[in-house]
Amino acid sequence: MLEKNSVGIVAPQTAHFEQALTLKSGAFLPQFDLVYETYGKLNADQSNAVLICHALSGTHHVAGKYSADDKYPGWWDNLIGPGKPLDTNKFFVIGVNNLGGCHGSTGPSSINPANGQPWGAQFPVLTVEDWVASQAMLADYLGIKQLAAVVGGSLGGMQALQWTLAYPERVRHALVIASAPNLTAQNMAFNEVARQAIITDPEFHGGDYYAHGVVPRRGLRIARMLGHITYLSDDAMGAKFGRKLKDGIRYSFDAEFEMESYLRYQGDKFAGEFDANTYLRMTRALDYYDPALAFDSDLSAALKSVQASFLVVSFTSDWRFSPARSREIVKALLDNERTVSYAEVTAAHGHDAFLMPDAHYHAILRTYLNKVQV
Amino acid sequence: MSQTAQNNVNITNSVLQFRQDFAIISNWVSFGSKVLDLGCGDGELLQFLRLSLEVKGYGVEKDDANWLACMENGSNVIQMDLEDGLSGFEDQSFDTVILSQTLQAMHNTEEIVQEMLRVGREVIVTFPNFGYWRNRLQITNGHMPVSKTLPYQWYDTPNVHLCTINDFDKFCKNHKISILERCVITNSQTVHFMPNLLGNLAMYRLKAA
Repeated sequence: MLEKNSVGIVAPQTAHFEQALTLKSGAFLPQFDLVYETYGKLNADQSNAVLICHALSGTHHVAGKYSADDKYPGWWDNLIGPGKPLDTNKFFVIGVNNLGGCHGSTGPSSINPANGQPWGAQFPVLTVEDWVASQAMLADYLGIKQLAAVVGGSLGGMQALQWTLAYPERVRHALVIASAPNLTAQNMAFNEVARQAIITDPEFHGGDYYAHGVVPRRGLRIARMLGHITYLSDDAMGAKFGRKLKDGIRYSFDAEFEMESYLRYQGDKFAGEFDANTYLRMTRALDYYDPALAFDSDLSAALKSVQASFLVVSFTSDWRFSPARSREIVKALLDNERTVSYAEVTAAHGHDAFLMPDAHYHAILRTYLNKVQV
Repeated sequence: MSQTAQNNVNITNSVLQFRQDFAIISNWVSFGSKVLDLGCGDGELLQFLRLSLEVKGYGVEKDDANWLACMENGSNVIQMDLEDGLSGFEDQSFDTVILSQTLQAMHNTEEIVQEMLRVGREVIVTFPNFGYWRNRLQITNGHMPVSKTLPYQWYDTPNVHLCTINDFDKFCKNHKISILERCVITNSQTVHFMPNLLGNLAMYRLKAA
């Protein structure tokens, strides 16, 4: 069943790029595909396009369903649709699967044209800068010179910020949600544990597990379980599970607490559908992003070239991308006298709050996006 | 007078009062300057300054509903609690920092004034004058003052640091703050004679000495 205000039945499309893309690392991709979806209509002067950048495990399937009996819609369906905060009656919305992904865009599980084998370990390490460069090529492909807005949460927020630095004239508004100007040591440490879980899985085979017909499920599962803990707040986990037991204490190491079954379920589900090599690269892109690095870690100096207007949003219980990190972005923009508004949403859900349909959070986005001229 | 008529008079008075308040502030703000409005409410003052003086304005507001109203009014608005200071703002990075009718509700009163003087080259502070004769009269009659500018009962008031004009003058002297201008108004009229007794709203233009 399709709910009211849904963008309806959608279908992904593929853009093929023959030109080579040189990456920040110096490596290059001879050619690549980007899989994307669009919702709403591009207006005559191409002034209403909004790009959605996804986070660690997101995809191009942001809104709508592939068929009427699809169980779940796209990952940010509560935000996007006719009459929703990001109104598809006004905006032409683009969702794209990032390069290195495992949902159709060229990534480690794609075939390397040089040898006809999956790229595997040979697939280069990507950066936020590389993603934004490839997204700009997609915008060219779609005939869009300037985006009305780039919207992203978490790692997606880093891409929105990077758009305003790499292409200051090509983006009018950046909505940077539950994000940070770089990761703290603690935040990177979680990524390292996740990667170690994958890399030390005997079925990882140095990244070339495709040839062995196996996947490092155990590693990916643990990586995802760890991630889930950090995306929730202590309070949210307490409210959701507390110390609830499934069938009482049995003096075993089975999933006795409800929290344990939740984590195991989430880990299993993820390990069954996500590519481990993609996970490694997504977390590495998070670690590496640091636009201030080339400016002696002076974020204000780094953001001097920004022209876009910003909406920065954080959530009070988000400890993985804390409000303090968002305030650093706000301060750097204020130091440069840029147009910026900042909202700190009182929310219990931790980092995951940016995906929740909280009424005030959505009112913030709706009010801001209503003001965006197209 | 009926209750409705009384309410209408109050609303009219309060709009006039507000406009007078805004008019004086706009005289103290330069055209095209950079303004920070602390506790900006629904952003009405910022909107007024933007439309009349083309200022580059930013508001600071803690309340969710006010934040939305401010955004709706087209103002930049930063959500934060003034009690935490202004650490997100550089020294002398604004031409004018305004605190309009919020000082009396601040807990960290000294800190916010010092922070404003750090961030702004000039500071505008306005507050209800507790020394106004109507307030004194109510105290004389044995009650805490309740009025249009102090519309709370003692048990539900957010105001924790009420002061008189004389008190604030002394505060500025003790904290080495220069008073560039002072304007006192009652029902939209400027009060020159015995301002601490006859003035309802005190407005100060300040600078670090």
